[in-house]
Amino acid sequence: MTPTIQVDSLTRTFKGRPAVDQVSFRVEPGEVFGLLGPNGAGKTTLVRLLNGLLEPTGGTATVFGMDAATQGEAIRKRTGVLTETPSLYERLPAIENLRFFGTMYGVPANELGPRINQLLTFFELDARGHDRPGGFSKGMKQRLALARALLHNPELLFFDEPTSGLDPEAARSVDDLIARLSRESGRTIMLCTHNLEEAQRLCSRIGVINRGKLLAFGTPAELARDLWQGTWVDVTLNPAPTTELIQAVKGLSVALNTQVAGEHLAVQVESPKNIPALIAGIVNAGGQIMKVLPREYSLEEIYFKVQEGES
Amino acid sequence: MNWRIIRAIAWKDLQEVRQNRMAWSPMLILPIIFCIIIPGIVLVGGPSLMASDPNAGTDMMDDMQMLMGILPPDLAAQIQGMNGAQVVAYFVLALMFAPMFLIMPLMTSSVIGAESFVGEKERKTIEALLYTPASDRDLFFGKLLAAVVPALLVAWGSFLLYTLVLNTLGWPIMGRIWFPTPAWLPMMLWLAPAFALLGLLASILISSRVNSFMEAYQLTGILVIPVVLLMVGQVSGLLYVGPSLIFGLGLVVWLVNLGLLALALRVFSRKALFGASP
Ligand SMILES: Nc1ncnc2c1ncn2[C@@H]1O[C@H](COP(=O)(O)OP(=O)(O)OP(=O)(O)O)[C@@H](O)[C@H]1O
Ligand SMILES: [Mg+2]
Repeated sequence: MTPTIQVDSLTRTFKGRPAVDQVSFRVEPGEVFGLLGPNGAGKTTLVRLLNGLLEPTGGTATVFGMDAATQGEAIRKRTGVLTETPSLYERLPAIENLRFFGTMYGVPANELGPRINQLLTFFELDARGHDRPGGFSKGMKQRLALARALLHNPELLFFDEPTSGLDPEAARSVDDLIARLSRESGRTIMLCTHNLEEAQRLCSRIGVINRGKLLAFGTPAELARDLWQGTWVDVTLNPAPTTELIQAVKGLSVALNTQVAGEHLAVQVESPKNIPALIAGIVNAGGQIMKVLPREYSLEEIYFKVQEGES
Repeated sequence: MNWRIIRAIAWKDLQEVRQNRMAWSPMLILPIIFCIIIPGIVLVGGPSLMASDPNAGTDMMDDMQMLMGILPPDLAAQIQGMNGAQVVAYFVLALMFAPMFLIMPLMTSSVIGAESFVGEKERKTIEALLYTPASDRDLFFGKLLAAVVPALLVAWGSFLLYTLVLNTLGWPIMGRIWFPTPAWLPMMLWLAPAFALLGLLASILISSRVNSFMEAYQLTGILVIPVVLLMVGQVSGLLYVGPSLIFGLGLVVWLVNLGLLALALRVFSRKALFGASP
């Protein structure tokens, strides 16, 4: 199957300064891909490049197997973008905004009316359709912009910081909508964000970008394994381990590293496959195990570890 | 070219302009001044002033004799046999003010052009527009249409109003339907559209360099200069703007437009818009 997005050594410079620097990755159909990075990392530039709004300085980007630099028009027919600012015509009623964009995306005239009504209802804006978005709250504007991105039923959606500036409740409802879009319709989604918690909740795979460089790419578990080499396992014993027991554990061939804190043992093994052997070793040495927990890294830990490695 | 898209953009832009009083109020005020107020002063106020000063008429006739000597023959033929009040009306309304009817479409189109091209940049709405599949060319021509149509409506609407006012208020002086004079039809049908497009293209090109509507608005004011020069030339008697000069001038403006259009099409591309530093 052709990947939905395939990027190879993609580079874009502005006045000699790279905004996107030798980036390579691919996104498979149906995936929710999160692009994480601080301000100015190059996220928006990457979305523009993928939609053919910018000429790459080097490398290639293909979307649906088409070259983004030359076939932008055909790509944009099948993508929907939630831009960083809602980018609405604030002086035109909500319905007129949607009607205009529906026409621009080539939605047939006879389908447009019902489609607009359906989306306004879905986003709980049906009572405000004739009002101008100039007077909407940020959350409402964001939902209207989401409706606009979905008018033409795009297969690939780009969300550029969809919850920035929203209060926690509005942010959560936008996040829920994104999750629903992915779950119910199997759309491919690329989510740009600097909100780690949001990425953790929504994304199956993550790319961490900073100063235009893609520093890490994979599922959170893959990233953790690459970053911390091996799996740390937290073992709780009762009674607390004796010196002999600790020596015995350190002597086990599967234990690469061992740390002690009271009744807790933290042992690094090569992979989760070695956990049974580690438990057997501890039990054989007379340890009484209460709890075994393979350590999972939060996206936040991953993110900061990656950024730290860079500086 | 996708006509449905071009029409949608033009329609959307016009609805937005309608909401921006800054953009459309000049289009309303200028025609009222030039089509009603000034002709009223010249045709009603002028003669009554002359009537109160018995010498004015004779002075005028002396000046006229002198004028006839230096006027281009075409023009002299036109005012042959007119009395003082008729000559004044003819000079002021049919000659001096003619360039105003070029300035009006030029201003209208450049103001709407600035509003629709820079306005979108300024309000950051252009981004969503550029993410649509509409081609650069369709976007461009939609916006062009949004500015040219009202400019021509303003120009031709004002011209009709002017004709009406000049012939009714002028009846006591002229005693006949005297307007439009021969130069006006080619001016309104050939030169005015050329100026409307000139104003628009210039404002689009200026817009691509600036980031606010006010800046673009002020810069396009420069365009009025050639028209003012034309006016000065005419009033000073250096040149008579007759049908042949209008045709020639129009040809030049249309050719300039062609060049500007090619340039504007190149400037107005997604990749140029985003590639440029904000
Ligand atoms: N048109 C442009 N001209 C010059 N520099 C630009 C242009 N567009 C982007 N840049 C630069 O490229 C870099 C990446 O910008 P980009 O907007 O892609 O970052 P981002 O990850 O989206 O940041 P944010 O989280 O703030 O939205 C920044 O340093 C920015 O200043
Ligand atoms: Mg951004």
